[in-house]
Amino acid sequence: MKNLKMMAFAITLITLTSCSNDDSPVNEEELITTVITTLTGGGQTITLTARDLDGDGPNAPVINVSGDLVAGTTYAGATRFLNELNDPADEITEEVQEEGTEHQVFYQLASNIGTVTYHSANTDANGNPIGLQFTLTTSANNAITGTFVVTLIHLPNKTDTGVADGDITNAGGGTDALAIFPLTIQ
Amino acid sequence: MRYFITLFFLLCFGFSGFGQFTLRGKITNEKNQPLTGSHVHTNYKNVASDPIGEYEIKGLPKGELRVYISYLGHKTCDTLLNIKEDCVLNVKLTPSETTLKEVTVKQTSTKVSNSVSVQQINTERIERSSSQTLAEALKEVSGVSLLKTGSSIIKPMINGLHSSRVPIFSNQVRLEDQQWGAEHAPNFDINAAGKITVIKGASGLQYSGDAVGGLVIIEPLMVTKDTLFGKTILSGLSNGRGGVISSSIHQGKPTGWRWNALSTFKYLGDKEAPDYVLSNTGNREFNFSGDISFVKKEYEVLAFYSFYRAEIGILSASHIGNANDLYNSIENQVPNVINDFTYAIINPKQTVEHHLAKLNYKQKIDDSSSLSTFYSFQFNHRQEYDLRRTDNASKAALDLELATHTLQTNYKKAWEKWTLKTGINALYQNNFANPKTDVRPLIPSYVKFDGGLYGIGNYQINEELALEMGVRYDFSTIEATKYYQKSRWEERDYDADFIIGEVGNQWLTKPRFTFHNFSGSFGIRKTYTSDWTWLNNLSLSNRNPNPSEFFSDGLHHSTGQIELGDLRLQQEQSIKYSTSLLKKWNAVSVEFNPYFHWISNFMFLKPVDFETTIRGAFPVWEYQQTDARLWGIDLRSQWQINPTWKHLFSIAYVNGENLIENQPLIDMPPLNLSTSVQYKKSAWNELVLELQYELVFQQNRYPNYNFDATILVDGELTPVTVDISTPPDGYQLFNFYSEMKVKLFPKILTTLAFSVQNILNTSYRDYLNRQRFFADETGRNIQLQLKFNY
Repeated sequence: MKNLKMMAFAITLITLTSCSNDDSPVNEEELITTVITTLTGGGQTITLTARDLDGDGPNAPVINVSGDLVAGTTYAGATRFLNELNDPADEITEEVQEEGTEHQVFYQLASNIGTVTYHSANTDANGNPIGLQFTLTTSANNAITGTFVVTLIHLPNKTDTGVADGDITNAGGGTDALAIFPLTIQ
Repeated sequence: MRYFITLFFLLCFGFSGFGQFTLRGKITNEKNQPLTGSHVHTNYKNVASDPIGEYEIKGLPKGELRVYISYLGHKTCDTLLNIKEDCVLNVKLTPSETTLKEVTVKQTSTKVSNSVSVQQINTERIERSSSQTLAEALKEVSGVSLLKTGSSIIKPMINGLHSSRVPIFSNQVRLEDQQWGAEHAPNFDINAAGKITVIKGASGLQYSGDAVGGLVIIEPLMVTKDTLFGKTILSGLSNGRGGVISSSIHQGKPTGWRWNALSTFKYLGDKEAPDYVLSNTGNREFNFSGDISFVKKEYEVLAFYSFYRAEIGILSASHIGNANDLYNSIENQVPNVINDFTYAIINPKQTVEHHLAKLNYKQKIDDSSSLSTFYSFQFNHRQEYDLRRTDNASKAALDLELATHTLQTNYKKAWEKWTLKTGINALYQNNFANPKTDVRPLIPSYVKFDGGLYGIGNYQINEELALEMGVRYDFSTIEATKYYQKSRWEERDYDADFIIGEVGNQWLTKPRFTFHNFSGSFGIRKTYTSDWTWLNNLSLSNRNPNPSEFFSDGLHHSTGQIELGDLRLQQEQSIKYSTSLLKKWNAVSVEFNPYFHWISNFMFLKPVDFETTIRGAFPVWEYQQTDARLWGIDLRSQWQINPTWKHLFSIAYVNGENLIENQPLIDMPPLNLSTSVQYKKSAWNELVLELQYELVFQQNRYPNYNFDATILVDGELTPVTVDISTPPDGYQLFNFYSEMKVKLFPKILTTLAFSVQNILNTSYRDYLNRQRFFADETGRNIQLQLKFNY
C-alpha cells in the first residue's frame, strides 16, 4: 500500500510540473506573401503584384498588373519579395540579396513577346546572378498577350548549363515564390 | 527470365521426406497445471513449451540425447535419453526454494492470445538485425510489410495497416512516440528487445482496444541468471559506410537483486542506390536502456528506464517545392540532387528523442493469482528541420514535445480450467507544439485523457478445445489549442463553437472531443490428435481519430503536400475474422492464415485537389473516411529437410477495397513472397549458411488519384497529369547470411557473421516508400558482424 501511495504522489508531482503550454500564435517571419515586379521604361512604370495573404491557406494569390507594355521598348525591371502579414511589412528581398549564393530569381517570357536579361551588377559572392534586377525588352510585335513568370528558387544549381543566363530548366532547388502575370503588348 | 528464377526457387525446394526423430511431451507442475514457456534444452535445439505446456523438438538424430527442462521457481529436470524412434517425455516439475540458482529466462507477458496466430521473433533473429530498424526485424513475419520514408524511416505494416492502427508495446508500455505520421518511425532500439511478438488483429485486449491492424509486443532483454554476463555486437556496413556497436551487461544476485544495462551507438553516412548516392541519408542513433529489480518469492519490484536518440537525414532530392517540382521529379526518374558520399547530415533532417521510465510492482497473491501495477512516464521530443532562409536554418520547422503518463493494474487468476485476466488503466498526455519554430505547426498543442477497463476469460473445455472471450471499454477525451487561418476555417466550414479568440487573420480555437468505445474478442482453439490446430478469432475494435487526422492543416514541407485533417471525423470501427490452420508433420510445418476485415469510417489520406499559393500549386491530401473491406492470406512453411538443411517459405496477399468509391484502397502492399534455404553444420563451428530470395510483385490494384496541374514548360503554361498513383514495377532480391562460432579468446564465445543484402545490386522502387517519386531503393549492402558473449 505504501508503494501505491508513493506512486500516486510521484504522478501528481510530474503532472503538475509538465503542463505549461504556451498559447501564443506563431510568427511566420519567413513567409513570402507578396511578389512585386516593377518595369520602368518608355516614360511609364508598370507594377505587377501577386499577393497571397493566407500563405498555404485555401485562397489563391491575387494578381494585379497596372498597365500594358509598349512594343519595341526597353524596361528596367526590379523584383521585391515581402511578408505583408507583419506591420510594417518584412522586406524579404534583403534576405535574398544577403544569401545571394542560395537564391536566384528567374523570369520566363515567350520570345515573341520579349526577352529578359539579368542586370550585370546584381551578383552573389561567386559572381553568379541573383536576378533581383533585370532588363526586359519587348519585341516589335504589338497587340499580343502572353504570360510573364517570376520564380524565386532556393538553392539552385547556379553552375549548371544555362542557369546563370536565366534558364530555369536545370536549376533544380525548391520554389520559394512563383508569380504568373498576364501581359499585353500594345 | 525473372519468372524462371522464381520458378526455380519455388520448385527446387519442393518436398521430400527424410528419416528424423521427434521428441515431444507435456510439462506440468505438481498440480498437473501446464507450465507455459518452460525451457527445454538439448545439445541440438532449445524450445519453450506452448500455452498448454506442450513442447516438441524435431529433427533429432539417432543416439544419446541429454535433456534439461527448467521453469522459473522449479527444480530443473536433467535426463539422458536414447533416441531410436519418436519419443514422448512428460515431466512434472517440483517447486524449488533456491529459485535464483536456476538458469532460466524470465517469463513476462508471453501469452497474449490463444485463438490467434502469434508469431515471434527470437533473440537470434534480433541479434542478426542489430544494425537494422525494428520494422526490418519484423519483416520476417508473413503479412508484415514495411512502410518507408526513404531508407532509414521504416514503420511496420500488418496486413495492410500501419501507424496508429499498429500500436507498439515495449515492456508492457504503449510507445507514445507520435506514431500518427507515416514518416515517424518507432523510437525503439532493436537491440534492446529480447523477444518480439506480432499479433495480427485486435485480439490483445489487455493491451488496447484500438489495435485495428495488429500489435507489436516487445519484451526487453532481461536474463536473470545469478551470474554476471555480457554481450557485445559489432556490425560494419558497406552501404552507408558505417557501423553499429551494441553492448549489454546483465547481473543477478542470490539476494534477489538483478540489473540489466544496454547501450547502442549507430553511425552511418549516405546510403547508396546502385546508380547514385542517396544524398543526405545518413543517420546516427544513441540508445540506452537499463533496469534494476528486486525479486522475492512473493513479490517483485522493478524500475526501468530507456532513452532513444536519433538524427536522421532526409533525402535532399525529396525536398521539393510545388507541383512543378513534383512533376519533374516523377518524369525524370533521377534525383535532382546527387552529391558525393558524405557522413555529414544537413537539412532537411529529423531529430527525435524518447525517454521511457517505468516502475512496476508485482505481487503474488497465492499460487494461482497475481497482481501487477505499473506507472510509466514517456517524453518524446521530435524536431524536424527544413531548408530555410537566414539564421532560421538552425531552427526546427516542427518542434513537438509529447509527455505521457500511464498507470495500469492487471490481475490474473487461474483455476483448473479457467483463467481470468482483468485490468484497468489511465493515461494523461500533453503535447506541446513549440511556436518558436516560426512555422505554423502541423500538429497543435493538446491535452488528452484516456481510461480503460478490460476482462479476458479463457476456458479449457478439454484437451482439444479452448474458448477465449474478452471485452474492453475505453474512454478518451482530447482538447487541442490551435490557431486556424480564417480562410481555412471558412473553407472547411467548421463549427463556430470551437472559436475562443482572434489574432490577425487567424482564429484561436479549442476543439474538444470525447469518445466511448467498446471492443471485444471471441476465439476458439481446436487441437486435433493428428497434429492439426485450428484457430478462430473474431474481434471488434474502435479507433479514435489521432491528432494528425483531426488537426493537420498546412504544408508538409518534406513532402511538398498540403495535408488537411478534419474536425468532423468519427471513430473507425473494425470487425476482423481470422482463422489459422496449423499442421505439423514430422519434418514439415505449415500455417495457413486467411482473414476478412471490415472497417467502417476507415480514415485515410487521399489526394483531392491542388491549391495555388504564392509558392505555386501544391497537391492537397485530405483525411477522409470511407468503408473499407480487406481480405488476405498469409502462408508460411518450415521444412527441416535433414539435420543440416532447412527450407522456409512465406507468402502474403492482401486485397483492400474502398467500398464507397468502388475502387481499391490506396497503399496496399502488393503480393510478396520470400523463400530461403538454410544449411547448418554443428560440427563445423556451428556453421550457418542461408540464401534468401524475395519477390515483390507490382501492385495492380490501386486507385487513380492522379491530378491535373498547369505547369510551366519553356515559359508557357502547359496542362499535365501528375502521376502519383501508378505503382512501380515488381522486383526480386537475393540476400545471403552466414555465421560461425569461434573461440578467439578464452571464456568468450565469438560469433562471426557475414551477410549481403541485395546481392545482385538491383535497382528498384517500392510502392510503400513515400519517397518512391524521388529515388531508387538502396543497393547492395555487405555486412560483417562480430558477436561476443562473455
